[in-house]
Formats: sequence, structure tokens, C-alpha cells
Amino acid sequence: MSSSTLQAPAKPKDAAIKLVDCDIHPTVRSLKDLHPYMSARWREHLDTFGQRFRQAFVASTAFPKATPQLARRDAWPEDGSPPGSDLAMMQRQHLDANGIDRGMLFPLFPRALDERNIECAHAVCRAINDWQVAEWIEPEPRLKGTITVMAEDADGAVAEIERCAKLKGFAQVALVTRPIEPLGRKRYWRIYEAAVHHGFPLGLHNSGNNGHAVTAGGSPSFYFEEHQAVSMSLHAMATSFILEGVPERLPELKIVVVEGGFAWAAPLAWRMDGLFDRFRSEVPHLKMKPSEYLRRNFWWTTQPMEEPEKPEQLRQTLDWMGWDRIVFASDYPHWDSDDPRHAFKIRMSEAEKRGIFAGNAEAIYGERLA
Amino acid sequence: MGHIAATGLIDCDIHPAVPGMKALLPYFDVHWQEVIDARGVDGLDLAYYPPNAPVSARPDWRVPGRKAGSTLADMQAQALDAFGISRGILNCLYGGPAMYSADLGAAICCATNAWVAAEWLDQDDRLRASIVIPVQNTELAVDEIERWAPDRRFVQILLLGAHESLLGQREHWPIYKAAEKHGLPIAIHAGSAMRHAPTANGWPSTLYEDHVSFAQTFQSQLLSLIAEGVFTKFPALRVVLLESGISWLPSFFWRGTKMWRGMRKEIPWVDASPAAIVRDRVRFSLQTWDLPPDPAQLDQLLEQIGGDDNFLFSTYYPHWRFDGDDPSRGLRPALLGKAMRETPLATYPRLKETV
Amino acid sequence: MSAAVMTRHVVAKVGEIPEKGSKLVKVKGRPIALFHVDGEYFAISNTCPHAGGSLCHGKLIGLIRSSEPGVYERTRPFEMLQCPWHGWEFDIRTGQSYCDPDSIKARSYAVTVKDGAELAEGPFVAETFPVSIEDQYVLIEMK
Ligand code: FES
Repeated sequence: MSSSTLQAPAKPKDAAIKLVDCDIHPTVRSLKDLHPYMSARWREHLDTFGQRFRQAFVASTAFPKATPQLARRDAWPEDGSPPGSDLAMMQRQHLDANGIDRGMLFPLFPRALDERNIECAHAVCRAINDWQVAEWIEPEPRLKGTITVMAEDADGAVAEIERCAKLKGFAQVALVTRPIEPLGRKRYWRIYEAAVHHGFPLGLHNSGNNGHAVTAGGSPSFYFEEHQAVSMSLHAMATSFILEGVPERLPELKIVVVEGGFAWAAPLAWRMDGLFDRFRSEVPHLKMKPSEYLRRNFWWTTQPMEEPEKPEQLRQTLDWMGWDRIVFASDYPHWDSDDPRHAFKIRMSEAEKRGIFAGNAEAIYGERLA
Repeated sequence: MGHIAATGLIDCDIHPAVPGMKALLPYFDVHWQEVIDARGVDGLDLAYYPPNAPVSARPDWRVPGRKAGSTLADMQAQALDAFGISRGILNCLYGGPAMYSADLGAAICCATNAWVAAEWLDQDDRLRASIVIPVQNTELAVDEIERWAPDRRFVQILLLGAHESLLGQREHWPIYKAAEKHGLPIAIHAGSAMRHAPTANGWPSTLYEDHVSFAQTFQSQLLSLIAEGVFTKFPALRVVLLESGISWLPSFFWRGTKMWRGMRKEIPWVDASPAAIVRDRVRFSLQTWDLPPDPAQLDQLLEQIGGDDNFLFSTYYPHWRFDGDDPSRGLRPALLGKAMRETPLATYPRLKETV
Repeated sequence: MSAAVMTRHVVAKVGEIPEKGSKLVKVKGRPIALFHVDGEYFAISNTCPHAGGSLCHGKLIGLIRSSEPGVYERTRPFEMLQCPWHGWEFDIRTGQSYCDPDSIKARSYAVTVKDGAELAEGPFVAETFPVSIEDQYVLIEMK
């Protein structure tokens, strides 16, 4: 046995990954970046008609965001291309600088999840998935992919999951969180069955415009409101999954709620449980209290970080929901992203840190993070 | 009877049930009487509280042959006398504010208010009521406020939690101007005119889901009132949330304040954090149905919400929000002490005139 | 306790930072964001007190206030700094945050502009900065 072997013992496996970022947004410089991954039919279609959503503007989201491209102002590459479009910059500014061992890609732009033309949506989803593999995952093995599928046509979505399951580097399945019907509804179940079958968690990042007002009381005026309403749509999403019985039917299904904060998790559980006795006869398919499904099948990402008035209230919130339910996410390079070094304003034990920054993500994604 | 008897309890949310249009008919003018008869206009209970759904009435308050809470005698025996209520505020949930025709909606609201005055307020002087208004048309809504505001037994204005447009939006402001002028708080009650899907994600399958997700609708309405500047423009206006639950407040405060710090330049008339504004200007009806069962967690939650003077004790009669004969069960005395009398009196200036 | 000695540090040449531009400088090892607005210079600690955003990448905007919903009153053009991350606003003259001026602030530093000729009379710390008597320079004062 040589002395060098003694000095450098193999790292125990569980210490290999120290920091997992469960939400990183890569983007294209322009739609043309997807051309190599699309047929001529869809290239021409997109060049001519562009993408079509349930909203007024050709090239803006319905509510102008806080910053151009939703981005941190320091995340623009020197050549002016969009933040998140330059792998070298992402490596330098984020992966290397923050010591990210694994990063989950969440392509949000271009949007394909809620494109109105179903075949076009599938074509763009396929292109985004292949583009992730070729331009991000292969050159940078720290990054893991998200299979983006268009949920309104479950057949097409399932076919895309099957296709991508054969490729390397994907860790989860994403669909739009504001679909035409709430995600617990039966028309989407086949997608979840396919995800479970292939061992993929669902990564559900707030996204999409289904044409419904973003609040039950109508559309707000301000981004200040809309941004929060979109976050709250994730509360309704979790409710729909549970009360429609999705985790009852698919106990193995893992749902990671991304970019919705987490302080609402325990209060949502209390509210659902508090009403359970009144509505039990309406949901005879539920065999457990709603909170038990929430506790068993759901996880939350940390971003946007909760900022209570007193730091110890953050600990209370985490105690209520369970420290094993929460995984770190930066949301790089978006304006409301969190820095892993500054996000937590409380002292945490080594075990708590280990869980939030890596262990819990490993429990969710298992081998797919390797 | 529970320990709240003989405290001068004020119950801030009681629901008299309209038996049907037939009962309201005498309170319409002849034109509308003819229309209602000729077209068979009826069945306007709101879909959030179907009469037979468990949440709509406690089993022991159901009387065969009539809707729960539809007679004064039932209400007296089951709630007013049973709980020793010294003042009870009636919030009548019926279809007027949800009708698409603003004219018909206004007529139904007017008849509802007249029915409440004649058949409830005139019959039991413990009772007070909210004015229901046709939000569909601001001018008609203000007319309705002006019609009833001189009757000091009407102590607030009632809105549903979801109408055509968010309640902060400026088309509604004449309503708030009238409310402020007459010292009438604005109450927002769970329930919807169903102009939009009940969630941002579309239409859920179950009533259960509608009720769970209404927490988001209340939050959206508060954000609208804050962001549009209602609290800035009408400094004396108070807002009351009814059957909203309260456990969502801390996460709402934290997120709202975080967003305000980043985006306040979009709404520069908002010069305090959403948490500070809500604590100062909004009151919440109180029951235990959405609270954590663990008392230690409940203490932490209430501490996070901050302040014991934001709550208005309510039975929600005849809605099934608690069991047994002590509606205050599970709430700590310090909180209840204020919620049962002091905070209602501070919230409703008109209650003080007659207590 | 005796006050630490105040030292002046040459950190930029006048003309080097464009109007409404910024420069990240280091004084005594501390990163400082230096801004130029209409001939005046302002220096605040580069690390956002919220969560560490690099303030020299922020955007200079006016102070937006309102006396009435729907009315936007803009004063003090380009004297508020919007953090490049979560958008909190800081007064570049004082470093105070808009939303919580008493408890959340970026440290601000006194800045002076001097002729190169004056500087020749010293004392100042130029660190790695070459100074010529024909030019004017921006100095940060630090204890
Ligand atoms: S880091 Fe500057 S506002 Fe958050």
C-alpha cells in the first residue's frame, strides 16, 4: 500500500455531493438555437407564426417582470446574449463560484409547456429536451436535465417521457403548473403513471398561462400581485393532487414543488385536515388524512427563501413541515434567486445543512443524481 | 354551555338563510315581482354553501323541512340563546351580488336587505346586519349603501370573496368612499360570483378543493386592496375577512413584505409593508378549523401572526365550523378575551352606539 | 478608544466612470461600489446587506414616491440604487435602504475629487493607481 493511497482515502459515497441546486434556468440565445433539434416543418412554423399562448403579447409575458429577462443584473454575458444562455458563464458565476455539485436544469424559456398548438408544443418540448442533453448535460456533467412535456395531450407527453427515459442525464419530468385543468384531474394521470414507471419525480416549477385569471377574483394589475398569485397557484396545485387522489393511487409518486416558497406547506396541511371531516364523503377515495399525503409525496425547494420577521420563525416553519422535505434551489440566473451562502439567516446543525443542501435531494432523485 | 356565556359575546358572523325567492317576494317592487314569477327566478343559494353539504349546517342544527338558519326561532334557540350572544352580525349569503344582470342583482340585494331588516333586525334587537350590494355596478352598489346606511343597525358592507374584478381595483372605489363616510367596515366572505375559475389552475372537481383554495383568493384580494392603494386612499376604512381561516397569514406576510421590498416602486403609494398594513387595517373572524392541532404549534403560529387584537370571534351559525356547545373551544383565553367583545367594538363603530 | 486614522485612497480617475456608471474598487481589502451621477461620485459597500448582491451591478434609478394612488413622483434622478438581485433600493448618498432605512443600510463612504497637483502634496494612498498632475482623481476616505 503506497503512502499516497493512505493520504487520500476514497471519500465515503454520501459525502461526495455536498451541494445540489434544484433549480437552474438555462435558456436559448434565440429560438434558432433549437433549429438543429426540430424538423423543417416546425422551424418554418415558428419562423412564421411564432409561439402562441393564451395572452395578448407576441414576445412578452402577460405581466412585465421585475427586470429584463427576469434576470439578475449581473448575470448578462458580455456579448449581451440572455442570462442563462452561456454555459461558460454559468459555470464561472454559479457552479464553480458557489460550489454546486449537481444542478437541476429547468428550461422555462422558450416556453413550450403551454403553447396552444399541441403538435407545435410537442415539437418544441422534444427540441428543448434534446438541446438540454447536447448543449448542457453532455458538456457539463454536474447538470441534470428535466424532461419537459406538454400535459394537455397526455399521449404525446407519455411518448416523450418514454423517449427521454432512454437518454442519459434526465432526473425528473416537468409539466406546466397552470394547465387548463388542475393537475390532479384525471386527464393527466397517465403522465404520472409513466413518470412513476420510469422512476422520475415530477419537478413542478410555477409556469404557464392557461387563460384563467390568475386569481379567482380576476386578473391583478401589478406584477407585485401577479408574482405572488402565481406562487399561490402552487398551493392550489398541491391541493388538487391530493384531493383528487393522485398520491393515493400512486404512492410512489414524488412531487417537488419548485419556486413557490415553503412557509405555506404546514398551514395548507392544517387547512386540508381541518376540513377533512366535513368533506370526507366527497372524497371517499382518500384513505389517509390529506396532511399524510403531503408529508409522504411532496418536497419543496427553498427559493424564494422565506424571510420571517424573526429568524427563529424560519426554524418553526421547517420544524412544522419536516426538515427532510426541503431542498436547496438558487433559481439562477433570475432576479429573485438565492445565494446558498446567504439564504439561511438561522444557525443550522450539520445534519440539517446536509439534508437541505444535498441529502434530501439525493433521497428524491437517487441514482439519477449520480 | 361553555365558559363564554354571560361575557357579552359579540358574534361577528351569523348566516340567516333565505328560504327561497318566495320569502323575498314581498320586498320587491311589482315589476320585479312579475319578472321573478314569470321567469321562475329562484334557487340562488351560493354554490360555495350548498344547503345539504355538511359544511353548510351542523347536523344538530338541521330541522327537517326547512333550511338551517332560515327562521329566527331556530337561530335564537340554537345560537343566540344557546351561546349567550349579546350582539350578532347577520351576513346573508344569497345570489344578488352574483347575478349577471346588474339591475336584477340590485333588485335582489335590495329585497335581501329589506327582508333582513323586517324579519330579523325588527324582531330581535340583539341582531345587527351587513348591507349586501350589487358589486356588478358601482353606481347601483353605492345607491344600495346610501339606502341602508341611515339605519344604524346595518354595521358593515358585505362582499363576496370573488367577483368580476379584484376588489382593490379602482372602479370599486366609490363603494369604499361611501363605506368610509358612513363608518361601515367592508367584510369579505368566502364565496364567489364564479366569474373566474376558483383557482389559477382552472376548475377543481370538489367543493372540498374550492374551500381549501379559497385561502388563496383571500390573499389575492388583500394584495389587490394593498397594491391598488385602497388603504392609502381611504385611511379610515377597515376590512374584515370572514370564514377565511388565519393559518395562511404568516407566509402571506413574509412573501408580501419580501415582494414589497423589491417591487414597491411599482406601487409607490404603498408606504408600509403588507404585513404592517394588514395588522393595522384588517380583522379576521376566528374559529379553530384551520389551526394546528398541536398547542405548541398554535402558539408559534399566533406569535407569527402577531397581536391578539386582530380577531373577531364568530360562530358562523349555522355553518359547521365547530362541534359541541362551546364555540370557543381550543382558543386560549387571552386571545378570546379581546376577540369576543373588545375587538368587535373597536372594529364596528356602530356597535358601540347601542351596546 | 482613539479614532482610527482616516486615510484617503485614490480609486479612480475622473472621466473613467461614465455618467450613471459604476466601478468596483477595493480599499483596505473591502469591495466598494463607486458611482458617478452628474459629476458627483458616491461610494457604498459593494455587498448588499440583504443577501450579498454585488451592488456595483445595480441600476441607478430615481426616487419614486407617491402622494396618491396612480400618481408617480420621481425626484433625485439616478440617486437610488436598485440591487441587481432582489431589487431593494438604496440611497447612494447615505446607503440607507428605502424600506427599512434605520436598520438596513449599505455602509457609505465619503468621496472627494482632487486635482492630481493637489494630490502630489499628499498624504494619500494610491495603492496601484498611477497619478498624474494633469488629471483629477476620485478619493475614498476610510478609517
Ligand atoms: S441581495 Fe440585494 S436585494 Fe437581495
